[in-house]
Amino acid sequence: MASGEKILLAHGGGGRLTEELIRSIILPAFDNQILSGLTDSAELQIGKSSICFTTDSYVIKPIFFNGGDIGKLAVCGTINDLAVSGAKPLAISMALIIEEGLEIQTLQKIIASAAQAAKQQNISIVCGDTKVVEAGSADKIFINTSGIGLKMPQAKLGFGQISPGDTIIVSGTIGDHGMTVMSQREGIKFESSLKSDCAAVTEICTNLVEIFGDDIKFMRDPTRGGLAAALNDIAGQTSHGVEIYEEKIPVNPTVKAAAEMLGFDILNIANEGKIIAVVSARKAQSCLDLCRSLPIGRDAAIIGTIAKNAEPLVELITAVKGRRIVQTPYGRELPRIC
Amino acid sequence: MCLAVPAKIIELNGDDAIADCVGNHIQTKTTLVPEVKLGDFILIHAGFAITVLDEEEAKKTWKLLEDMDTFNKTNNKVSG
Amino acid sequence: MLERINKAYKQIARANQTLGRRINVMEVCGTHTVSIFRAGLRDVLPDCLKLLSGPGCPVCVTDQGYIDAVLSLSERDDIIIATYGDMIRVPGRNGSLEQKTNKGNIKIISSAQDALNLAKQMPDKKILFVAVGFETTTPATAVLANEALNEGIKNLFIFSNHKLVIPAMEALLSEKNHRIDAFLCPGHVSVIIGSDAYKPIVEKFKRPCVVSGFEPMQIIIALSEICSQLADGTPAVASLYDAAVTPQGNKTAQKITNESFDIVDGYWRGLGKIAKSTLKLKEKFSSLDAEKQLGIQFIPEEDLSGCRCGEVLCGLIDPVECGLFANSCMPDTPVGPCMVSSEGACAAWYKYARRKRQN
Repeated sequence: MASGEKILLAHGGGGRLTEELIRSIILPAFDNQILSGLTDSAELQIGKSSICFTTDSYVIKPIFFNGGDIGKLAVCGTINDLAVSGAKPLAISMALIIEEGLEIQTLQKIIASAAQAAKQQNISIVCGDTKVVEAGSADKIFINTSGIGLKMPQAKLGFGQISPGDTIIVSGTIGDHGMTVMSQREGIKFESSLKSDCAAVTEICTNLVEIFGDDIKFMRDPTRGGLAAALNDIAGQTSHGVEIYEEKIPVNPTVKAAAEMLGFDILNIANEGKIIAVVSARKAQSCLDLCRSLPIGRDAAIIGTIAKNAEPLVELITAVKGRRIVQTPYGRELPRIC
Repeated sequence: MCLAVPAKIIELNGDDAIADCVGNHIQTKTTLVPEVKLGDFILIHAGFAITVLDEEEAKKTWKLLEDMDTFNKTNNKVSG
Repeated sequence: MLERINKAYKQIARANQTLGRRINVMEVCGTHTVSIFRAGLRDVLPDCLKLLSGPGCPVCVTDQGYIDAVLSLSERDDIIIATYGDMIRVPGRNGSLEQKTNKGNIKIISSAQDALNLAKQMPDKKILFVAVGFETTTPATAVLANEALNEGIKNLFIFSNHKLVIPAMEALLSEKNHRIDAFLCPGHVSVIIGSDAYKPIVEKFKRPCVVSGFEPMQIIIALSEICSQLADGTPAVASLYDAAVTPQGNKTAQKITNESFDIVDGYWRGLGKIAKSTLKLKEKFSSLDAEKQLGIQFIPEEDLSGCRCGEVLCGLIDPVECGLFANSCMPDTPVGPCMVSSEGACAAWYKYARRKRQN
């Protein structure tokens, strides 16, 4: 691999290096069509039903942050992967890897938070596992959750559904989660009113699919790698161009200022309670109105389109009417001084 | 050649300060701008204030600060 | 806004007519390069105006010798490397700091003050502060050095590779066949050094030097001013960043810098040696000087065979004309400064090239 002989942090960043790792090592080894689709959830036919199946691991630092914690994140994140695949989440599993020395009280708080998040979504954590590793072998606690959901019959989602002219909607302000977590990291700590958007997006996804059916072409929760990674994935997998408008992208002013302070591109920053939806143009306004009618989608906006006759790149039309290409992020945002 | 953001001094103790940039409170050294006072707008680079800014000029120059006014008025402190 | 952009176009067209050729403006500031890129400005500006990305950020210009020295120190168990995030991916002969982070002794900091705090928190470790940056960043290191000395801190070591922008500008203008018509001057360096600092360049080389802030409209207006000067044949220093820049600059910052550093010759990646362009700590800070205290082996000669960044930086060639471009030199595996910086000329070209071919 181009990146050298050792795994770098960027390999886990959901950007270019993650992609390279998956394509060069994982896909060839596991070699199956379902996996190669690299969708948010795998779809399995069981009798007449379609079951969606997904997994995710959570290694976030710090484990408690303004707006959530690793427990809430682990539940919501996996629920979200099912929801954006057009499935109604049914149940999740939870595997814990705990570092020796973690305070029991801390574990209790995390578990309580996970339980609450699951309860709010009417989901049960039906199976799990607990491991403890020696002090130093894990950073406080790592959590893996896997989830299954029943695909909604009205859901016709996939890269193949996307056509030029389709509209791109984002369900709210971007960069909140990533910047919140960043602001509490060693070396760049600063006090802030920033708050993670960590939340389940089930309501917005199921409403969109139930009401608009196959006018909803594709949905994704733009987590690691942010909007940039998600949109580049669309361009790459569909071979269509993507055009978005800087001025239309909703951003909380505090988040924007924090990103400027550190030199980050807000498009590359993770979100944990948002979706992007590619919908047919004729239903775009109605979809937007629906999103905005829900608490989690009150800041929703139409941000761009699937371009006609364009190269499979993501282009941003800037505030001064310039154009620039938005690349798949490297996978690690480093604070700059210059 | 450098990233710098405008912010308002909200705490000042010798040459240690806290500056507010649209809701982000940044620890800042004011060693390079000894004339600074509480309430002044400054430009921060790599944790140091490098100059004092005129508030009106600052608001005209940095779109960020435009956002700050709207942000303060609407009390829209957080999303998500 | 449209009106101001149209006004700018008129000036650019005028300059183009007067000179009878394309105008080349060099922006000597990494942050300008990023702003221009993020605003998609090259797309907004007419083809007769070319923006050259100069040697304007610590990432781009840090030579391999310096990074190799830092990398070899990072192997030591008693040393903690405290560095700004910019430096993590700069390549040495055998990799970058990014590839060494699994040891856990590389700490990313966002202020020189953090290095002092680390030294106090970890008295049994030696903290190496990777002191890079131009005139905007240097005063912070000066404050750090003075504070550490006054407080008797024994485990902080400053490895200075601070650079000066004016000698670099002069070196570029002294290159035969350079094509630089004017400079878009760095906004925040100018806060420290003052806009008057560019007067010698205007007087000696008769090139406009216009200071700009970083908002896209400010940059467009600055380019308009540059072209107006070129069209009228009246090169001068102008500042369009009055909110922050004065003609004299920040005297406090200048004083502490002059009292803490000596100016010496230094190596710039891709450009080689530039006289009196680099800062080293003065004798009184010997106990804090990493080069004196930590046995650093500094090998300035570079191993960048085939790299033509020097010519790209002077505007002599386009990135595609370099044999390494898009072959062994790519954004994730960069060689020279123009690709090392994610917004350098070659990195930016790499991102745009695919689209340009379509036109």
